[in-house]
This record gives sequence, structure tokens and C-alpha cells, in this order.
Amino acid sequence: MWMNLLLAIATLLLLAGAFGALLGYASVRLRRDDDSLVEQIDAVLPQTQCGQCGYPGCRPYAEAIAEGDAINKCPPGGEATIQSLANLLDVEPQPLDAEHGEEQPKRVAYIREAECIGCTKCIQACPVDAIVGAPKFMHTVIESECTGCDLCVDPCPVDCIDMIEVAKGIDDWVPPRPEDRPLTHEPVIATDQRPAGASA
Amino acid sequence: MGTRYDFPGGIHPPDNKQQSLQTPIRQAPLPAQLIVPLRQHRGDPGHVLVAVGDRVLTGQPLSEGEPGLSVPVHAPTSGTITAIGPHEVPHPSGLEETCIHIEADGQDQWCELAPCPADASTLERYDHLHRTGVVGLGGAGFPTRDKLQSASEAPKVLILNGAECEPYITADQALMRERPDSVIAGALALWQLVGAAQCLIGIEDNKPDAIEALRQAAEGTGIEIRVVPTRYPSGGEKQLIQLLTGQEVPSGGLPADIGVLCQNVATAVAVDRSLRLGEPVIQRITTFTGEALTRPGNIEARIGTPLDHLLFEAGLDPDQLHRLIMGGPLMGFDLTTTGLPLIKTANCLIAGTAEEFPDSPIPQPCIRCGLCEQACPVDLLPQQLYWFASAGEHHKAEHFDLFDCIECGACDWVCPSHLPLTDYYRHSKGVLRQEKKEQAEADHARQRFEERQARMEREQAEREERRRARQQAREQRRSGEPAEAGGTETGAASAAAPPGPDRETLIQRRDQARQKVEEAEAQLAEAREQTPEAVPKLERALNKHRKRLDAAEKALSDAREEARSC
Amino acid sequence: MLTSQRIMLWVMAATLPGLLALIHFFGWGVLISVLWCMGVAMATEALILWIRARPVQRTLMDGSAALTGLLLGLSLPPLLPWWIALVATASAIILAKHLYGGLGSNLFNPAMVGYALVLVSFPEAMTTRWALPLSLQETPLGLLDSLSVFTGLGSASVDAFTGATPLDDYKHAIDGAVASQVTAAPIYGDRIALGWEWVNLGFLAGGLLLIQRRIITWHIPVSLLGALTFMALLFGYDPDQSVPLGLHLLAGGTMFGAFFIATDPVSAATSNRGKLWYGAGIGVLLYTIRAWGSYPDAVAFAVLLMNLAVPFLDYYTRPRTRGHQRAGRGVPS
Repeated sequence: MWMNLLLAIATLLLLAGAFGALLGYASVRLRRDDDSLVEQIDAVLPQTQCGQCGYPGCRPYAEAIAEGDAINKCPPGGEATIQSLANLLDVEPQPLDAEHGEEQPKRVAYIREAECIGCTKCIQACPVDAIVGAPKFMHTVIESECTGCDLCVDPCPVDCIDMIEVAKGIDDWVPPRPEDRPLTHEPVIATDQRPAGASA
Repeated sequence: MGTRYDFPGGIHPPDNKQQSLQTPIRQAPLPAQLIVPLRQHRGDPGHVLVAVGDRVLTGQPLSEGEPGLSVPVHAPTSGTITAIGPHEVPHPSGLEETCIHIEADGQDQWCELAPCPADASTLERYDHLHRTGVVGLGGAGFPTRDKLQSASEAPKVLILNGAECEPYITADQALMRERPDSVIAGALALWQLVGAAQCLIGIEDNKPDAIEALRQAAEGTGIEIRVVPTRYPSGGEKQLIQLLTGQEVPSGGLPADIGVLCQNVATAVAVDRSLRLGEPVIQRITTFTGEALTRPGNIEARIGTPLDHLLFEAGLDPDQLHRLIMGGPLMGFDLTTTGLPLIKTANCLIAGTAEEFPDSPIPQPCIRCGLCEQACPVDLLPQQLYWFASAGEHHKAEHFDLFDCIECGACDWVCPSHLPLTDYYRHSKGVLRQEKKEQAEADHARQRFEERQARMEREQAEREERRRARQQAREQRRSGEPAEAGGTETGAASAAAPPGPDRETLIQRRDQARQKVEEAEAQLAEAREQTPEAVPKLERALNKHRKRLDAAEKALSDAREEARSC
Repeated sequence: MLTSQRIMLWVMAATLPGLLALIHFFGWGVLISVLWCMGVAMATEALILWIRARPVQRTLMDGSAALTGLLLGLSLPPLLPWWIALVATASAIILAKHLYGGLGSNLFNPAMVGYALVLVSFPEAMTTRWALPLSLQETPLGLLDSLSVFTGLGSASVDAFTGATPLDDYKHAIDGAVASQVTAAPIYGDRIALGWEWVNLGFLAGGLLLIQRRIITWHIPVSLLGALTFMALLFGYDPDQSVPLGLHLLAGGTMFGAFFIATDPVSAATSNRGKLWYGAGIGVLLYTIRAWGSYPDAVAFAVLLMNLAVPFLDYYTRPRTRGHQRAGRGVPS
């Protein structure tokens, strides 16, 4: 009787030990490569390098996420980026942390050239070298390179930089979801009701 | 006749083609105003060559573009350029694009046309087509030059697409039955141009008049007229190729990959006229049909003619009009206004009444009945794609070959739950394309950021290096002449210090800051009453401006202090 | 043009030959049971729709609840007490359909969930009390008698009018007997199984109509019946040992299951190739449970088990999209 009990306990312990060792080995051997994880996270981030997340660029934030920081600190990426990060890291998506800013339509910087004094401060601030100009000469933004990060606005001593919403052309047009179109029939269930339909 | 092959699925909707075939092709009278969109093709808009106030002649190029990126447009009639600017164009988005407005002078005076020289090389001929603005007239608007050039070697089979499978549309049928000789001339021109071994014209068997006319015209030319059974979407490029050759165009590839070139019959006519006469694409045949028209038919009109002009010509009864569709009932899109111009890709305009095109019934849940799957001409699983697309799982839809969908709308037509399936696919594709574009932009920004990072590090290192070199030099010198070192250094420091801004600038800056604070306060007060959700944002902005004002005032007072103390 | 509603109506109409045969051979109980189940199904559906704040009338009009009730009523034994039918129908609508999100979202065939639930809960009433063919009842039950049995209000004992089905009877009786002895019993009639053969032929005819109307495809019924035939010929070739093929095909719920239950599109496999495997799986399971399990018929369990396998089948049976070299796989999740 005692013998049996001991045998059972010993067997269980042995099994536990064996499986524990196996799991431990697997977690070491099969651990996700940190570098590749940072790369993957970085690839998802929008690369505006705006620093709104509190890190000095997208890659530092990617490293922080890999270390376990929250995934909802990137306003330029918005919900789409949070969703991709959640998929990548297999965690629950969270709403955007308002502390770091709000999701806005894509904007680009525009220098009111008549007012520019040629101080080069914005050129130094631009993380992607999208501003051209020389000291004492007017600067201008290369629109196609601008990520809309806002970083040039504050340093400008004469406040001559505006953030302009990019006009959406036909090339940027995404056909709307059928639910989001004006209804061609009367609303059927509560979730069919759109604000516009409700007021009508 | 050749072996007949088949494609899966397909549907048999009522073809509704008779309404527009009662009369021969009519010429539309010249309108007083024309609106020519710069972009009437797949690609970028070209560069404008004319300015407001210029007088242009019929056929004169209005824009130019790099082959492979853009296609020029031409003046559809002689007249004066009155405006160049955004105007709504026929597109599902209803957005505006740059258009050139021409006031016609009514003389329709042609510019001198340059036919393609007889001794031109194939490439020169392709570029000639580009210069004369030839694009696919079947509906997609793919630049013809690019399509011809996509084949690295001569295709085995040249197929002219005269299937015209979508209901209501009869523009190609009218062309083939009334002008079979010009279709055959176009076919011969293309055949000679690409040097294919075989030239086939595919027509659905519901167009006996066109088949008969083409058969007679093609006698002795070696062109084969191939009749295919009527089944939508047999006129889809990939479907017609499959019907006539039994081969499948590889996913993501071009017909050229399997040695086939496919062109619409109307495009072939345009190619012939471009090469032989040097005539640019400035007119096309468009079907005007639908029960809201009292005089339906095929109308040949200049590109840029306002649609209301043409609808008037076709006898539109505005009270009856319920839906205005550009293209066919399955693949076309709704127009919300008639003030749009006719473009090169407009093969049909349907002015439907409420009885003819009733509002879509209320969609019901998908019951996975599989009717869509049986109708799909590319063997997709439409119900599965719908499942993913409607749930926003676009990547899963992509994994299920979303991009192989030709958006023919056969699944919509059979769906017993009246789901707008194709609209979901279009949305999903749009989201995915946008995502790819944004990803490319992000990758580009990352690359620039990293390069800048590297450059700054390099510069830092160089500065460090120089500083060390200077220090070394100084130390060497100091060991020689220790007395002089101090003097030079202070001199350099005072010279290096940036001169502060003068007092005027500071006052100006403070005033600007004060103005901004006042503006922000006013906005905030307004927002508190009207848009409370914007309040926190505005509060932040106000704080920022206040801080700036403080800083400006401090800078100014500092400067005054300094001035006084001096 | 087909609409969802018309699909449901066509399926209901296609059950008519089978339903008429059932009524003809097994009495009014069938009709009472069918009407009761349809009523309960629609009432339950209306209640749940109201709770879920969905449009009640419009959704009821799609006919899916009525169809579920009809199918359940056809599969439950006639003369089953009303409350068992109520439990089956209500759980079909609530558990199998609405808890998964309503029409189109259910993983399992609702009618079969309801059926299986009462089968395991009330095994005796469900397996040994199928109504005897009218011609074998001493005094055939009339409409009123059937109603009183159904409601439990009358004094009539149900045992006099019910018994095992031929499929069940053969399985047990063949132990220690030969085929001719077993089939001499009156419930087998002159041909295969009295009444049942006509019922199955009726459902077969209805099913062929559905295929002709393109409401269902041939894939599931053909592979199901094919697999069942194959299994019956492979393992049951000796009628002195086990149930013969004829009984498998024409007694019990085979044809009804093959054309009306297994073909429910919501819970079946998606692609044509998937449907072939799905149907074949049901056929094999059907034979397996009938031959070696303890239940006399097995349509419900076979269908529910294959419902479970549908995601797996869908993963591996995507059709080859035109323009691709080979078929893709499902979504790894």
C-alpha cells in the first residue's frame, strides 16, 4: 500500500520533472529572436519618427514594445497599427492612448515661404530630411517625403509652418464598405441606423 | 472552328440588348462646351500642354505623358480653352480631377494629322499609338502601347474581344454589324503590328448580325471568327482567352505570359485609324439605353461631351430617371449627376427607371447556399471572401485569392440574400492596396530616417575627430607659446555666439504670439458651446500659445534689460 | 431569381412527397408532430428575435425557422409526447441557432441538435416507440386519437401503436436467426420495409427536385449514399449476419438525411470537393453507428460529427482558383 503510494508519487514527480525540463529547454531553444521581433514591430510602425509615443523615434518604440511596453501609444498609426501590432504579438488590441495624441488624417508640413527667415531650425528637426534650404535662404518641404510628424512646427521661430491635410485624390480613394454607404432601403435593425439616417 | 474550351461558373441574365439596337449608330451634334479629363486611362494624368485662352484645333494634343506612366489626351474639337481645373469625372468615387474645358467654335477645324510612317519600326509604331492616346476602349482603359509592349516576344494568338457579354451594352455589336470592314482593318493592323501566328475574333452567339457581317468582311484575310455561347462573363479578358485557347492567365500575370494578346474590337479600330490616318482617340461609340430614354441607341460622340447633352440627344425623361449607370448593370457604377464628361472608357450609359432598376432589397444573412460559388468564373469561394471582407479581415480575404476576383458581379446577381458581395470585395481590395501603399511609404521614411541617422553619426564622428585634432594642435602649440592661446579662444567664442534677434523682431514675435492666444481663446469659447469634444485639444493649443507668449515677453524684457545695462 | 425565402419554400415543398408517404403509412401523428414543431419553432424564433431586438416579422418571413421545425417534425417519432417535441424544437432554435448568432452563423445543424438532445435525454421514447404502420395497428389511430396520444390527455396507451423500426428490429433480431426469418415479421411488408420504402422514395424524389432546381448540389447526397453503400457492401454483405444494403438505403432516415439534413448549407462544407468529403464522412459514420453503435439510426450523430469536421475540411478543400497552379489552403489561425 505505502509502496504503491510512493511509486505513484515518484512517477508523477519524475514526469513533472521531465516535462518541466522539456518545456524549459523549448522556451530557451525556440525563443523568438529579439532582434527579428523588433524588426517586425518596427515594420508595422508608420515611421513618422514623430516621437509622440515618448520615444525618440519608431525603432526605439519598437524596442520598448518588444520589452513589453503598451502597443497603443502611436497616434499616427492609429487603430490600424494597434490592430497589426496586436496580431503580431498575439495580444488584445487596446484603444489608442489619448495621452499621446489623437489619430488624424495624414498631413504634411507646408512652409509659408514669404515668412521664412532661413534659420534652418526645421531642417535640423526633420527626421527624414524632407526639408531643403540653406541658412538665410527660404526653406521648403518636399511633400512626397514628409511624414507629417509635426516636429518642425515647434522649432520654427516665426511660426511659418502649417500642417496641411493631404487632399485625397482618386488614387487614394477606397471604395466604402457597403454598410457605410447611404442606405437604399429603410433601416432594418438598430445597427443599421446611421447618424444621418437617424436624424432624417 | 477549333476546339471549344470552357470556364467555370457564369450566369445568364436577361441581355436587354434589343432596346439600343433598333437604330443604326447616330452622330451626336457637337456640344458648345467640352470637358476633357486629363486622366482617362490606367495611370497618372499627363502634363498639360495648353493654357487658358489658347485656341486649339481638333486632334491637337492637350497633354503629354511618359509612355508607361501616362497617356495624352487630345482636343475633341476646335475651340478655345476656357479653364483648366478640377471638375467631377465619371468615377465611382464621385471625386474631382483636373479637366480641360474647351469652348467649341463650331468649325471643328482639324489640325494636321501625321500618319505613322510606313517604314517605322514596331517600337516607333507603339509610341505612335501612345502619342495618339489609344487606350483600351472596352472599359478598363489600359494603355494600348503598354499592353502591346508587355509581350516580350510575338504572341502566338491575337484575340479581338467582341463578346460584349454584359447586358444592355451594344456599342461593340453596333460597331461590328455596321462597320465590319473597319473592324477587320483594325484586326489586320493589330495582327501585322504584333506578328501573332493566329488572329481570332470572339463573339457571343447572341449577335448573329455581327457574326454574319464580320464573316463576310473577314473572308480571305485569315482572321477566324469564333462564336462562343452566350454566358456572362465570357467577355472578361481571362474568360475569353480560356474559352478560345483553353489556357489560364496566371494569377497576377498578363495574357502575354501565355503568348496571348487580347484587344477589344473598338480598340482595334482606333489602332488602325491611329496608324493609317494619324487620328487620335477623340470620339467613341457609346450605348445609351434604359427605359428612361425615349430614343435609346448607340451614339458616336466626341470625348469630353457633357453627358447631359448626350442624354438629351437620347431623349431622357428626367421624371422617369431613377438610376444612372455608367457601364453595364453588373460591373458599372452609379452616377449622381449628369454634368460629367464622356470619357474614352465609357462604353455604356443606362438611364434606368425605378421599375427597371428597383432599389436593392434589404440584405439578409448569408446562408452559405453556395450559389455564388457555382457562379464564380474563377472558382473562388465568394461566400468565404464575403465572410472575411465584411468582418474586416482583409488579409484573410487576400489569402483566399481576393485579388483574382474580376469583380464581374455574377455572385451578386445570384445571391438569394441580396448581399452586395462585389462591393465588399472592392472595399477589401481598396483597403489592402492602401495598406500596401502606406507600408511602402513607411519603409521609404524608415530608410531616409536611418540614412539621416547614419549621416549624423558620421558628422558627429568627424567633428569629434576635428576637435581632437585641434586640441592636439593646441597642446602642441601651447607647449611652444603658452601665452597666446587664451586670447584667440575667447575671440573665437564671442564670434561664434549667434547674434540675438533685434528688438523689432522680438516685438513682432510677441505681438504674433498675443494674437494667437486671443484667437485660441475665442475658438475655445466657441467650442465650449458647439463642439465640446474639441475642447481638450483647443485647451492644449491655448496653453501652448500662452507659453509661447510668456517666452516671447520674457525674451523681449531680457533684451530690454540687456539694452539698458549696456 | 432565387431568394433566401424561396429557397426555404422550395425545400419545404420538396419534403411533401415524403411527408405524404409518412402520413399515409404512419397516420395523423406525423402531421400533428410536424405542425407542432413548426409552430414551436416560429414562436421561439419570434421570442428570441424580440429579445435580440431584431425585426421579428421580416426575419420570420425568411422561413428558416419554419423549415427547421418542419425538418425536426419529420425526424421525430410520430406520437412522441408534445413536450419532448417542444424541448427538441426550442433547443434547436435557441441553442443551435441563436446562441451562435442566428441564421447563417450556426456551426451545427439546428434540427439535428434538437433531435440529438432529446435522443440522449429520452432514449426510450425516441428509439422504441416509432409509430407502427397503420395497417398493423389493431384499430388504426384516427386524427382525434392521435391528438389525445400526442397531448397525453386521453387514456389511450401509446404502446399499442408503437414499436421498433425495421432498421432497429433487424439489427437485434438477426442474432441467432437468418434473414428470411427476420423479414417474415409484418413490419417488413412484402418488399423491404413496410411504408418506409415509400417514405424514402418520396424524400428521394423531393431531393432530386431540389437538385434539378439547383437549390442543392448533387455532391453531398451522392457521396453520402455512395459511402453508405460502399460500407454496407463491404461489411454487411451477408444478410444473415447484419443489416442488408436495401434496409440501409430505404428504411430509416437515410434519404431524408442525405437530401434534406446533410445538405443544410450553413453547417455543411463550403467547396464542392469539401462537400464530397463531408457527405462521404456522414455516410461512413452513418453505417458505423448503425452497425456497431447502440443507436438504431444515426443521421443526427453522423451529421453533427461531420459538422465538427467542417473547418478542417474547408481548410484542405479550397478549390483551385483559376490562374493558380494549385489549390490554396485555408487560413491558418
